[in-house]
Amino acid sequence: MIEVDRLGRTFKVRGTVVHAVRDLSFAVEAGEFVGCLGPNGAGKSTTIKMLTGILAPTSGRLRVAGLDPSRRRMALARMIGVVFGQRTTLWWDLPLKDSFELVRLLYKVDRRVFRRRLDELCSLLELGDFLATPVRQLSLGQRMRGDIAAALLHDPPILVLDEPTIGLDVVSKAGVRDFLRRLNAEHGTTILLTTHDLGDIEQLCRRVMLIDHGRLAFDGTVAGLRAVVPGEASIEEAVTHLYLSSRRSPRTHPHRPAPDPPSVTA
Amino acid sequence: MRLIGYGFRRHATYWAAAAAGAFTNTVFGVLRAYVLIALWQARPGLGGYEVVDAVTFCFLTQAYIGPMQVFGGGLDLPQRIRTGDVALDLVRPASLQLWCLSEDLGRAAYLFVARSVPPALVGALLFGIVLPAGPATWAAFMVSFVLGVVVSFGWRYLVALATCWVIDDRGLSVLSTILTTFFSGLMLPLVIFPGWLGTLARSLPWAAMVQVPADVYLGKTSVAGALAFQTFWAAALLGAGALATAAARRKVVIQGG
Amino acid sequence: MVRTYLLLVWAWTRAAAQYPVSFALMTVGGFVISGLDVAVIWVIFTNTTSLGGFDLGEVMFLYGTAGLSFALADLLFSNVDRISQHIRAGTFDVMLIRPVSPFVQVATERFVPHRIGRVIQAAAVLAIALNRVDVPLERGWMIPVMVASGTVIFTALWALGGAAQFLLTDAPEVANAFTYGGATLTHYPLSVYGGELVRGVTYVLPLAFVNWQPGLYVLGRDDPFGLPYWLRFLSPAAAAAIALAAFLAWRAGVRRYRSTGS
Ligand SMILES: Nc1ncnc2c1ncn2[C@@H]1O[C@H](COP(=O)(O)OP(=O)(O)O)[C@@H](O)[C@H]1O
Ligand SMILES: [Mg+2]
Repeated sequence: MIEVDRLGRTFKVRGTVVHAVRDLSFAVEAGEFVGCLGPNGAGKSTTIKMLTGILAPTSGRLRVAGLDPSRRRMALARMIGVVFGQRTTLWWDLPLKDSFELVRLLYKVDRRVFRRRLDELCSLLELGDFLATPVRQLSLGQRMRGDIAAALLHDPPILVLDEPTIGLDVVSKAGVRDFLRRLNAEHGTTILLTTHDLGDIEQLCRRVMLIDHGRLAFDGTVAGLRAVVPGEASIEEAVTHLYLSSRRSPRTHPHRPAPDPPSVTA
Repeated sequence: MRLIGYGFRRHATYWAAAAAGAFTNTVFGVLRAYVLIALWQARPGLGGYEVVDAVTFCFLTQAYIGPMQVFGGGLDLPQRIRTGDVALDLVRPASLQLWCLSEDLGRAAYLFVARSVPPALVGALLFGIVLPAGPATWAAFMVSFVLGVVVSFGWRYLVALATCWVIDDRGLSVLSTILTTFFSGLMLPLVIFPGWLGTLARSLPWAAMVQVPADVYLGKTSVAGALAFQTFWAAALLGAGALATAAARRKVVIQGG
Repeated sequence: MVRTYLLLVWAWTRAAAQYPVSFALMTVGGFVISGLDVAVIWVIFTNTTSLGGFDLGEVMFLYGTAGLSFALADLLFSNVDRISQHIRAGTFDVMLIRPVSPFVQVATERFVPHRIGRVIQAAAVLAIALNRVDVPLERGWMIPVMVASGTVIFTALWALGGAAQFLLTDAPEVANAFTYGGATLTHYPLSVYGGELVRGVTYVLPLAFVNWQPGLYVLGRDDPFGLPYWLRFLSPAAAAAIALAAFLAWRAGVRRYRSTGS
């Protein structure tokens, strides 16, 4: 579903070149649920923007649903749903249901199909109470559920989420996680999400990738991630260990960890 | 004074926007200059201006657009009223009006440098413009210019404060823009407005923003009369602004919005 | 694409209809603001009978046709000049994940039909002008052609201005010099402007094809600058050329887009 090969992206910021992503390679199969970890500024959002066609890569190759995202943006848009936790894809001044109607027009979803999907999403995400409320008046948790519903109205086989649980309270978080788990298990949707919340990873993802300084620092199962440090380590300890070890000796050579069993170079 | 400096520096961070504004003002200055030249070639001496006076007038008006915010706005006040932050400003011991005025003067000073000088220079290069007759005229012009900014502030402050009472402040700002652009002399010198319309236009406060300082610059009017006219309108508008501030304080602070 | 555009415009119009008072005020405001241009022309003609060799009726004809083109482009596409706001707010990211051209999305985003006030005003001026100048029927066919070409030219200017904002995110006002500047330029007969300027807007930025060249044909006038006669029929070609340039510039702009760092 997603193939990324030696992907790189640089930005020129006032004369200096920032390598936001460098030499990133991985593949995601249909039906997988992949979580992506990494400290702030690691390059997660930049990767997501390249996967969704917002940014063109400066080096490397990528395919999402068989398409080159930045060249086939509009074809890709029908195959993929995108959620940004930090900003909404909805319209601030409009009631939630009007936002959904605009999304319907943008994706040219048939009215009957749209009604059915909206009813389904409304009951699963419990949107019924605030469909008529302008987005700006929604709580963060309500807004996030609205955003997720909007991303799924055209029934995409792939869902990409950038920090979907950021700032949510415990109950909202549980609701979002529950929904994503069911979407993946029952509907077979391929899901890739980034997060800082290790709970998301532990509860949802079979596979976890750790990005640091724009590179892949780990790619494997959650169990494999725990095994990075000897003994009965928690996932926090493993992640802390990986963050710190990469800080001590920033990698300069390209490196490709095998998915399973876990391998780590430091 | 410190506030003026603060206003200057705050707006200096938007230098790219100011450069873009200067460019736009210059383009419009050139276009309007040609139209005025065509008119004055058909009617030399119209309104007591020669062609070169008309061209100079045209670039002066473009130079005023930034500092005097002829198209309205320039104040944060409507935004603060809409969000309710104005309640904090109103309970401060300093007068809200003076506070806004000093910041606005800083903004005007910056925009004078960034947005007024470039179009005037281009106008001088392309068409040739007249310079004031001597140091006394320069001095009178600078005073008149500052008074023009104060009158402009007085008007915009009233419009901004009206946001407290009207529901649709956008309609109001559109109305303000119409009145200011037409009656200030920005589009055409008021000296060629016919009959009673001309008399009316030349006695309204907007004339004090563009037409009067330009006439002082060109030496087409008695300096004392011009400055008295501007001072009158500055005092009247600031006085009205003070009354409106008091009313706003009663409304916002006592009734709680 | 046209269908999506219309559907989106309709959706936003319905949203705006929830605030009818605001809509009415803004429509009247647009009508009056653009009416100011006519007031300026009127004041000029209280002082003279001819401007650049053209009388009041002819100037109003030139104003009316250019004004109508501009107002239509303004109504339909001028939202494109908000592109830098979308870039700074990050909403442009969202437009790129939709299966609709971002140009259509920016143009329709928060579409409010109050700019119809300008269209009405320009159409009214044109009607009055046509009453004053005698246009024989065999030359009148050019009027709809020139209004349509002019609309395309102004739309292309907006698209070019939008494309420039991908580079000049902090200075969106530069685009105004070309869009609103172009509108102001075409309000008057080009004979009032200098020769170099007129050659520039004939051969480089084809503003002369909005109303001047085809207008000379409709009015049956000689070109004061002595440019070739056949230029009068080139408005559609000039519109197509600048539209292509705008299309390419816009595409290049979107490809250069670098989003915002968080
Ligand atoms: N549009 C941009 N312009 C300049 N630098 C950027 C831009 N986007 C991201 N960056 C830089 O790239 C790096 C990675 O950013 P990002 O992908 O947002 O990280 P993450 O999402 O993992 O926190 C950061 O150093 C950031 O400053
Ligand atoms: Mg991020």
